[in-house]
Amino acid sequence: MTAVTANDVSLSWYEASARQRIDALVDAGSFSEFIGPELREISPHLSIFDLPEQFDDGIVIGRGRLDGAPVLVAAQEGRFMGGAFGEVHGAKLTGLLRAARALKQDLVILFDTGGVRLQEANAGELAIAEIMRAVIEARREGVNVVGLIGGRAGCYGGGSLIAGTCSKLIISEQGRLSVSGPEVIETNKGIEEFDSRDRALVWRTMGGKHRYLIGGADTFVDDEALAFREAAITALKVGTRCDVTVLEAEQARLERRLQRFGEAEDAVEIWQALGIDDPTDVPALPTGAFLRAATNRENADDAR
Amino acid sequence: MTLDDILTGLFPNGRKIATNGAQISGQAVLPDVGPVHVLGITQGQPLGVDEAIVLAGRVIEIVKSGDRAPILLLVDSASQHMSKRDELLGLSEYLSHLAKTLLLAEAEGHRTVGLLYGGSAAGAFIATALATGTLVALPGAHPAVMDLPSMARVTKLPIDVLKAKAEATPVFAPGLDNMVKTGGIQIVWDADAPLAPQLAAVLRQPQGQDDRSRLGANRGGRRKAAELAERIARAAASPQEARHG
Repeated sequence: MTAVTANDVSLSWYEASARQRIDALVDAGSFSEFIGPELREISPHLSIFDLPEQFDDGIVIGRGRLDGAPVLVAAQEGRFMGGAFGEVHGAKLTGLLRAARALKQDLVILFDTGGVRLQEANAGELAIAEIMRAVIEARREGVNVVGLIGGRAGCYGGGSLIAGTCSKLIISEQGRLSVSGPEVIETNKGIEEFDSRDRALVWRTMGGKHRYLIGGADTFVDDEALAFREAAITALKVGTRCDVTVLEAEQARLERRLQRFGEAEDAVEIWQALGIDDPTDVPALPTGAFLRAATNRENADDAR
Repeated sequence: MTLDDILTGLFPNGRKIATNGAQISGQAVLPDVGPVHVLGITQGQPLGVDEAIVLAGRVIEIVKSGDRAPILLLVDSASQHMSKRDELLGLSEYLSHLAKTLLLAEAEGHRTVGLLYGGSAAGAFIATALATGTLVALPGAHPAVMDLPSMARVTKLPIDVLKAKAEATPVFAPGLDNMVKTGGIQIVWDADAPLAPQLAAVLRQPQGQDDRSRLGANRGGRRKAAELAERIARAAASPQEARHG
């Protein structure tokens, strides 16, 4: 038996760097990195745009232990290029997922991304497609792939599609999960469609509380590394394979969502339909009170 | 080539394909192969929650039929539907779900072939064409992550500068050639030759692993991805990496 060293570092997930998040997530001292910054696997494309490279290309991957069990970990660094997927960044996650499948070892992805890195858009887009395929191939071998969302850059664009392939998603209030970002919608469709400067609108449309309430995420946690750690340990215990039964259940739950909420103009209407007494209070509720109010939320159990 | 030209060229012996808005769905017979399921998102329309759920439902029905017949997915779309409503309802889940059903179909024995004959961009491209086992295109197809004017706005670079840079690398600019060079599209068909034998040839290839990064390396468009992913898989399997905890 391996002695489990509890990790009790107090840390804001939102404020932390990718490396700090990993250190606080896994059992103390258990992380070892693959293809670390000393190997200087940098993006071959950023210099075309006179942009600085980073030696890990904005993603840290490796192996650690979580409550004593071996786990593979990938953490995006939202402060480098908005955590966006380029060729090297994406290939590191693809390689790790293929390893997860071969080794039958669970994997945790710490999302912090604006999506595809435009300076290498084609490579980034293909990396997203390769990662989604690798997630599903790993899950079909019984591997759990759990996504954690609570970083500065949120989980946008192609990152949000990868999140949708995970077996479980853990999110904090600060986590935002959405395909098109607020600025993208406003730029393309106008400020009448979406005012990206209306932060309250952004949070209630794309933020962690709304995603948890509609079943877009499975666990809601405080913006605390320890809370993410405990939720990840729990999430890894209940895996769902990606088979026809699960996808049929997902089909039913997503159809039901359109039937129930498809006419809603705003998140508050959806929260009201979910039986929350004071729906306009939801953004202000502390975690405990929010979870009590969320009793009748939609969930994605066995349907993701 | 119009959608009708393409369908007639592929299935001269008959087809039964229904149109529902910008979506098509049905069955056809491919000469020398047999029955093929045909699905499509057409007319350059965006892909939102309402469209994705219908397509995904159709793919699940096909999988449940257990006939293991190939699925041909025709794609001429815009990007994902950019709207407050779609994001409020969780568009990412709908697009992922559609991609997952296509990946499931392949894993359950259906060959899945994407045929890009028009545009496609961003999330819509990932959820449809890029979720098939083999992606082919017709000349004139125009895949994109983002158009150059929008890219110029985001990168704060003049469009002329971007165009000049696009000459030097296939890695960022939109377009069919670039998506071929980076390995996303396996082959561009010959529009002047009969189409049916070209699809039959794709279906005769053995069903393999995801070889897009290898194609990208061979074609010089993505030199690092394949090698790096392989090195990581080796590093993860190496026993001395596991002596922790």
